[in-house]
Parts: sequence; C-alpha cells; structure tokens
Amino acid sequence: MKIGVYVCHCGGNISEVVDIKKLTASAEQQSEVAVVRDNAHMCSDVGRNLVLEDIKKHKLDRIVVAACSPQFHGKTFMDIVEKAGLSPYVFEMANIREQCSWPHFNEPDLATKKAKDLVSVALAKARLDESLSRKTMPIGKRVLVVGAGIAGIQAALDLGDAGFEVYLVEKEATIGGKMAQLSRTFPTEDCAACILSPKMADVPANPNITLFTNSEIEKVSGFLGNFEVIINKKPTYVNDQCVACGVCEEKCPVKIPNEFEQGLTNRRAIYVPFEFAVPYRYLIDESNCIYLKKGKCGNCKKVCPHDAVDFDQKAEKVELKVDTIIVATGYDIFDAKEKKVYGFGTNKNVITSLAMERMIVHEAEGRATREIGKRVAFIQCVGSRDEQIGNEYCSRICCMYATKLSQLLKRADPKKDVYVFYTDLRAFGKGFEEYYKRAQKTGVKFIRGRVAEVNEDSKTGRVTIKAEDTLARQIIESEFDLVVLSVGMTPGAGTRQAAEVLRMTKSPGGFLQEAHPKFKPVDTLNDGVFICGCAQGPKDIPDTVAQASAAASRAIRLMNKGVYAVEPITAVVDEDLCSGCGTCVSVCPYEAVKTEIKDDKRVAKVNEMLCQGCGSCSAACPSGASQQHWFMNKQLKAMVGAALGEEEK
Amino acid sequence: MIKKVEITPENDKFLNKVNELSGQVVTLCEQCGTCSGGCPLVAEMDITPSQWMRLVQLGLKEVLDYKAVWVCASCFTCTVRCPRKIDVSKVAEALRQIILRKAIDYIDLKAIPKEELACLPQIALVSACRKFTG
Repeated sequence: MKIGVYVCHCGGNISEVVDIKKLTASAEQQSEVAVVRDNAHMCSDVGRNLVLEDIKKHKLDRIVVAACSPQFHGKTFMDIVEKAGLSPYVFEMANIREQCSWPHFNEPDLATKKAKDLVSVALAKARLDESLSRKTMPIGKRVLVVGAGIAGIQAALDLGDAGFEVYLVEKEATIGGKMAQLSRTFPTEDCAACILSPKMADVPANPNITLFTNSEIEKVSGFLGNFEVIINKKPTYVNDQCVACGVCEEKCPVKIPNEFEQGLTNRRAIYVPFEFAVPYRYLIDESNCIYLKKGKCGNCKKVCPHDAVDFDQKAEKVELKVDTIIVATGYDIFDAKEKKVYGFGTNKNVITSLAMERMIVHEAEGRATREIGKRVAFIQCVGSRDEQIGNEYCSRICCMYATKLSQLLKRADPKKDVYVFYTDLRAFGKGFEEYYKRAQKTGVKFIRGRVAEVNEDSKTGRVTIKAEDTLARQIIESEFDLVVLSVGMTPGAGTRQAAEVLRMTKSPGGFLQEAHPKFKPVDTLNDGVFICGCAQGPKDIPDTVAQASAAASRAIRLMNKGVYAVEPITAVVDEDLCSGCGTCVSVCPYEAVKTEIKDDKRVAKVNEMLCQGCGSCSAACPSGASQQHWFMNKQLKAMVGAALGEEEK
Repeated sequence: MIKKVEITPENDKFLNKVNELSGQVVTLCEQCGTCSGGCPLVAEMDITPSQWMRLVQLGLKEVLDYKAVWVCASCFTCTVRCPRKIDVSKVAEALRQIILRKAIDYIDLKAIPKEELACLPQIALVSACRKFTG
C-alpha cells in the first residue's frame, strides 16, 4: 500500500496557525505513507495536478488530503483521484481548517497537535478503504411537478420547452395559485393577471405537459429514475363537453361565499373558479350542491345544452412512472383568527391583505364590492416574527405588498389617510427601496410600532388601533374605517401533505428543507426530488420564478445524459450474522431494506438504488450484521483507535 | 435639552445585572412597542415599557431615575403579548429590585410618633419607606 498525504495552507487560513512543517514531518513517520506534500492552495489547478502526477508517478493507491471540510472540497479531490484511474473512495479528507486553525486560532500548538491526530485518523480509515465504484443507471425524461402555482407553472414550462415529459398536478380546479388573486405585483406594479394568464395559457398549449387539475398525489414510491406515483383525480361532475356557456350557473339556486374573492362576492355550486382559469370549464362543488347532497334539484343538468353535467362521475386513480419530481406546493396565508387581539373574523372592518388585493381589483374594474373608507391602517407582521403564535420567521413579502397596496389606495384617492404600522421595514430586493420611497412620496404614513390591539366600537363598528410609535415614543390610539392585516405565509396544507407523501424533511418553520442552504438550494435530501417556490420558504414572485427554473435545470442535469451515477455508500448486510429480525426495515426512512427468505433463512436485503447511506440500519442492527460501505465497523474502530493514540496493528 | 450619553463596554455591567436578576435576555427586544401599546397604565408613566427595555439594552443607568417601573401593576399584558416572548414584567421587577437593594429609606420610622404608627396601614408604610422613588 502506498499512501500520499497532501497538506493545504489554504492561503494562510491554515498555515498561520497550524505548523505545516511539524504536521508533514509527523505524517511522514506514519506507516505506508509514501509521499507527503504541502501547497498554498491544494484545491488550485497546481495543487490538483500535484496529486494527479504523484498518483501516476509513485503508483499511490490511497490519498489523504488535510485541508478544509469535505463538504467544501471533498468532491474536488474525489474527482481528481478518479481521473487518475483510482476509485474515488480510496480518498480521505482531514479537516484541519474548520476543526483546527479556525476554532483554535489562539492555541497554535494544540491546533497543530489536533491536526496531526486528524491526519492519523484519516490515515487509519484510508488504509481500510475499499475500491468502491460508482454505478450508473439508466434514467428517462419524465418529471412530476406537484403544484401549479407560478412556481409549478414555470418549472413545467421550462421542462416542457426543453423536451421533457411533464406531468403537472394541481389540487385546485385551476392552475395559477395565489398569484392569480393578486392585484398588482411589487415593485413594478405589473397587473398580476396580465402577466400570469399568458403563462397559464401556455401550459395546455405545450405538447409535453400533461395537466391534472382537481387532483392530488396519493402515493409515491420508488426512487430516482423509477418513481411510481398514484394520482387521485377528484370528480368535477362536468365532463369535457363543457364550453363554459354559463347557462347552468344562472339556474343554480345555491349561493355561497366565493373563496377566490375571499368571500367578498358569492358564487354558485356550479362555477368557474375565476375569469382566466385554466382549464376554463365549470365544476360542481360537491359539498354545496343540492343534488349531490340530497338527490334533488339537478337544474344545471336539465339546462346544459351540451350534456356536460355528469353527476355519476367518480374519483379516478391514475398511475404514473416518472424519473424526477419537483415539489412546488406553495403556501397558505396565515389564519388571522389565531391572532385574537386583532379581532379578525368578528369585526367586519378588519380584513386580510389578500381581501384587499381583491377589493383593489374590483375597484379598478369599476365594480367595487364594499366601501374601503377614508382612513385605512395596515398592520404588519401578522403571523410572522411572532413567537406567541409560534412563527419565528419573517414572511419576507408583507413589507412590500403593504407598501404596494397602501400607495395604490393613496394614488387612487389622494384624500385617503393611509397608515402602515410596521416593526421593521424590509425593502431588500431589487427596486424595493426605491418603491418604498415612492410610497413615502405618495403620502403613505409609515409608523414604526407593532399594533398591540384593535378594538371595535360596538355602535358605530369603527375600529380603534392602539400602538406605540417607537420613534416618537408616543402612544397612538386612533380610529380607522378599515384595518388591513398583512398576513404572513405558512406552509400550506398542500406542502404538509407533499412532505408526508414524499417523506421529506422540514425546516423549523415547517417549510420544506433544502439539501444545502447555499449550494443546493433546490435539491432535497431525497435524490431526484427538488423543491421550489414558497414550499421551501417565504419568498416573492421573482425569487419563486428563479427557483422554479433552477429546480427544472437541476432535474434536467440528472436526466439529460440518460444515465446517472449512484453513490456506492450504501448499507451492506452480512447474511451470516443477520437474524432477520427486521429492526433495519422499521428504522429505514427510505423503505430501502426488506427481509426475504434466502436458503431457508430470513435475511435483510438492501436495495442499493433506494439506500441513501444514512446509517440508521447500521446503528440499529443488534447483531452488527448491517454495516455501511466507506464507514465499515473496522474502519470506525481504527479511526477511534488512532484518535486515542493507540499503536497501529 | 438633548443629553449626550456614552456607550462603552462598561455599560454591559448594568445590562448583565438586569439580565441576571430578571432571567431574561433583554437584548432580544426588537423594540416593536407591543408592550407599550397594550399597557393599561402607560398613560401614567414617564417612559414607556419599550423605552425602559431600550435603556437597559444600552446599559444606561438613568433608567432608574424614571418612575415608570413603579407605576407598572405587573398585569402581565406585555408578557403574554411580546412577540419575542420576553417577560417584560420581570425586567420591571429587576429594575425595582436594583433600586430597593440600595436600601435608601425615605421615611425615618423612629421619627413617627407611636400613636400615629399604630393607626398607619403597615403595607403602605413599608412601601413608602423604599418603593416610592429611586
């Protein structure tokens, strides 16, 4: 065995603390070490070539690099080792930057000693490394996109345009998501419907996209390149003969609050979600239809000239096979009833910002739904940055949409008194600060203080806000005609359901967890599953669209070559030791282990395609039969031994 | 007149003392003003609750010169509403404790005639000794 040890200075990050000479001298003393070198930047082209040439010249068969975290440059060096013709898994990394020079900068001697120990540990492991090789598997070009808000639409269009086969699944009867409800979009004030509806229309026009609306993902099994999906297509009770002529709607006797309009107007039990819905087709709301509940009425069926109403429609299960999955399940607005001090739900003059979006749309179209009034107050951070209701995070969009709504109101009627009560005003995006300035110039009054309570005058219905102006240090107690709650984002029911069906990890706020916050922002810990938009965390439309395109391109990266490499770091079962107890099966989060009968004996069997190498089964196995490649028990023992300074055997 | 104040690491001593006595991390206060806006007695105070939080954050002992913490009725409205879950009432109590521990008496009990002492309410008397001011 010939081991090469390479010590990096990291341009002083390491060498200013760790004594490189002492470290290389100590490494040279270790058994089987053939070459020891150091370089200012091991990751540079010069450093990489040093390793490459040494492997060829000295016939090295194990490589240890003492540098930064393997999270940072592990892959860099593995690629070099592989390029030299070795298995990339005969490589080890000793982290002497994050674990030595940075934390122990004021104790150079001890940092040097620790660096020596870490190199010994890496050497102990390297000596026992197996020549594992990456396997390649064939992969197709089919993608499931879950959720058809702006994120899902963008990802589906990018993939469809690139020639991939897309299945776009939406739980609502139309695509478009929350963006379809907005009036205008900050900071450019484009009308949301005007910029969204062409994109929505592009979806059915794209030959590579198959759209499932009114449908939910019921089950997902399998793995990257081989996901099996069951979609539950709920009945709409209207078939595709419908031309949306609207005759049925006129005859429907049911009137219920329209959820798209936030209850500002009513709709019938047979309805089109909104005027630019895709698909533009009627559907029957089964929980409110008299015929479906009681077997009476049926007016719509009687009057439909196209025989499109079909009360016998049943839910359908559609089975699909896909190679990758993009989750774009979005958010729900915070339920303002939870914040009792603001009186939402009991006071009709306290509304949500989403209702205000709809009111502005109606007002602009000359069909106002209700009086806005002269004095309007916006309350910021409702459901955000509030540990009392359990949401620690900032929803990121509320400052800017309040800035938008307030100035739209003020500009439409300069006589209005518009106030925004904020905690901190965060105008961080491109053009946001300028847009905030424009609102101030328009005459919107921004008051720094979180509203403590909203009280209602039971006679007049007018509302009084109590807050401290924390800049003027005055207590404000003032009456308003309308109070708008700038509600934050919560991971919606769709996102919670997707997390469950796809067994995804969640971040502390309940949004889906990315694989790495900086370098893998749209990947997840499940291979082949990507996330984008507000399912990952609160964000505005530009960020959502950017992330959706990023998720599409990450999915394309996996599928485009037609084959993909599989990490060989998987669990491995010693069948002689295995008693078939099934403990591993119960702890595996990826359903990668099953027990089977082999030579009359029950043993555990690992599906190497599904196994993510998390190590849960190895830790849980009572007999030590389940181990993990690259982290075999004998390697771990050798590493602990080296760390404790035991003699090598 | 606008007063000039110094902010030096020395000020942290006072901040740390308040943190220790109250069991709260006063620097977590984001100065949103929810405590002041909802305080039922704020109209009687010379500074608002969020102001005493701020003065403590800066380690300014002048906070002890204000009477606001003595007006505080410990109703806990601020405590149950603080979006950062800071117990503002406990911070007020810590400030009162710092003043009380100076053990400055404002009334000389010996100077009060025995007959009068007999008819004075005891709680009011004890309060009058140390609590009133700072």
